[in-house]
Amino acid sequence: MKLSLGPLQYFWPREKTLAFYREAAHWPVDIVYLGETVCSKRRELRTADWIALAEEIAGSGKEVVLSTLALIEAESELGVLDRLVAHGRFRVEANDLSAVQLCRERGRSFVAGPSLNVYNHRALAMLAEDGLHRWVPGVEQGRVLIGELKDAFVAGGGTMPELEVTAWGRLTLSYSARCFTARALDVPKDACGFRCIDYPDGMPLATREGRPFLRINGISVQGEEITDLGPELPELRELGVDILRLYPQETGMADVVDHFDLARRSLTPPPRLGFRNGYWHGEQGMPIAAG
Amino acid sequence: MQLVCPAGNLPALQAAVDAGANAVYAGFRDQTNARAFPGLNFSDDELRAGVRYAHARGTEVYLALNTYPDSARLAAWHAAVDKAAELGCDAIIAAEMAVLDYAARTHPGLRRHLSVQGSATTAPALRYAHERFGISRAVLPRVLSIQQVERLCEKSPVAIEVFAFGSLCIMVEGRCQLSSYVTGASPNRHGVCSPASFVRWDERDDGSRSVRLNNVLIDEFQPEEPAGYPTVCKGRFEVGNEVFHALEEPTSLNTMELLPRLKQAGVAAVKIEGRQRGQAYVRSVTRTWRKAIDRLAVDEAGWQPLREWQDELSRHAEGHQTTLGPYHRSWH
Repeated sequence: MKLSLGPLQYFWPREKTLAFYREAAHWPVDIVYLGETVCSKRRELRTADWIALAEEIAGSGKEVVLSTLALIEAESELGVLDRLVAHGRFRVEANDLSAVQLCRERGRSFVAGPSLNVYNHRALAMLAEDGLHRWVPGVEQGRVLIGELKDAFVAGGGTMPELEVTAWGRLTLSYSARCFTARALDVPKDACGFRCIDYPDGMPLATREGRPFLRINGISVQGEEITDLGPELPELRELGVDILRLYPQETGMADVVDHFDLARRSLTPPPRLGFRNGYWHGEQGMPIAAG
Repeated sequence: MQLVCPAGNLPALQAAVDAGANAVYAGFRDQTNARAFPGLNFSDDELRAGVRYAHARGTEVYLALNTYPDSARLAAWHAAVDKAAELGCDAIIAAEMAVLDYAARTHPGLRRHLSVQGSATTAPALRYAHERFGISRAVLPRVLSIQQVERLCEKSPVAIEVFAFGSLCIMVEGRCQLSSYVTGASPNRHGVCSPASFVRWDERDDGSRSVRLNNVLIDEFQPEEPAGYPTVCKGRFEVGNEVFHALEEPTSLNTMELLPRLKQAGVAAVKIEGRQRGQAYVRSVTRTWRKAIDRLAVDEAGWQPLREWQDELSRHAEGHQTTLGPYHRSWH
C-alpha cells in the first residue's frame, strides 16, 4: 500500500509552503500531489513555481502529480489548466470535466480527483477510455459503494485502475462562486487581500450554541473534523485500496505520515487519532449527531 | 429564447403550459431526480397525461433524470430513460455519465440536455459532454458572472440554458455534500437536500424558535422573525465571534433585469426553479416571465423590467428578497 500527500488545500505563505515540501521530500510518502485546487487568486506559488517544485520532488524519487482547480470559471484559469496538462512530464489530477477533456484532447493519462463525480462502474469505464489511470472516489463514497462499483467494473471485464482513498484530512463538502472567507471578513472577493493566508487550517465555523461544525476555506466549505481511516485499514486492504491519501495540515504532518507508514506495514490496525468518517460506513459524513 | 418551467405535479404542469411555458420539466416519483420529495412528481400515467396536455398546446416536456446512480441502482435509471422515451418526452435532463451514455446509445432520438447537476462551467467541459454523449443543450451552474456566461455562449458547442428565477443554490450544483454530511441524505445520490424528516423545530415559551437538522442547530429566530427552510447553506452560524448568515441569506435568484443581455449573448433558454412549489407559484412566475420575454421580442431597444413584474416575482421569492446572485460580481 502506498501513501500519498494530497494537494495543499489551504493558502500558506510561499516560504512556508516550500519548507513544507522540502521536508516532505524526506517523508515516507510515495506520491505527492502539488498545485492549487481551491482558488486561482492564491499565487504565493505561481504555475511555474509549482512545476519547479514538482521537478525538485520528483528528483527525490517520488511520483508527482499536478492537481487542478475544482471549479474553473475564468479564461485565465483554463489557461493555467492547459499549461499543466501540456507540460507533459507529470500526470495531472483532473478535478473537473474541463481537465478531463483537455487530457483527453492531448492524449494524456490522468488521475480522477475526488471532486469529479464518479458514482458507478460505467462512468469509471468511460473515464478509463479517456485516459484515467487512477481513481480517487468522492467524499460521500464509502466501503460498500466502492466495493459494489469495483465488483461491477471487474464483472464487466475491466481491470480496476489504481484506487486511492482519503485516509486523513478534512473533507471538502462544497464549492461556490462565492468566497466565504472574504464574506466572513466583509471584504469583496475581487479585493480580498488574500486574507485566507491568515487561516492556515481554514476558518472555523460553529453553530450558535458553540458546536464546531464546518471550516470555511475560500470558495470551499469543509467538515470541521479531520477524518481518519487508520482503524479501517483491514477493510481498505480487503477492498484493494492501493493508495492512502493524507491531506497536508499546518502542524504535525510528519507524525501523521509516520503513523500511517507504520500502520501500512503492520497487521494490526492503528488507534484512531482523528475522527471517524461516517461516509466510509454508509452514514452521514459528520462523525456524531450530537446536539 | 425559450421559457422552461417547473412541474412538480400534473396541475402545476398544466398551469405552466397555460401560462405560456415553451417547455416544462418534470420528474418521476423516485430518486432518479433532484426533487425527490414526498407528494411530488409523476407516476407513469400522470406523465403520459401531462405529455398529451403539453404537446396538444405546443409545449415540450423535459424529464429530469439528474441524480447520480451508484452501480447497484444503475438499472433503475436506465429504466427511467426508457420510460421517458416511451412516454414521448422531448428530452431528458441528465448529469451522470452512465445515464447520458445509455440514453445516447439506446434512444438516440431522445434529446439529451446536460443538467445543472453536471457542473459544467467551461467550454472544454461542454465539449466533453457534447462529444461523449451528444448533448444538444447544457444548463449552466449558478456560479458564473454575466460576463462569463456571455463568453461561454460564444465558445459552447451546444445551446445554453441558464437559471432565471427561483431558490438559489449557492454551491456548485452536483458538488454539494452539506446535506449528506449532516443527514446522510444526498442531493446527488438521493435527490434530496435537508429532508424534512431530519428537521426539528422547537418553540420556547416566549415564542422564539430554534431549528435543527439531524440535531445540528441551523438557526434561531426571535418571536415573529420570519424563518426559512433549514438548509445548511442558509443557516446562521458563528464565525470569528460574530453570528450571521455565513454562507448565504435566505433569498431567491432573479435575473429579470439581465434578460436582454442573456438574449444578446445567445442564451437559448431561461429556466425557472421550483418543482417543489405549488401551481399558484408556477402560474404567476411563468406568466410574468412570458410577458417579459414577449415584450423583449417586439421592443428590444425600449425594454425595461417593469415594476409590476418585479413585484410579482418578489412575492414568490424566499424571504421576499431577490438577488442577481453570481451573475453580479459584487455577490461573489
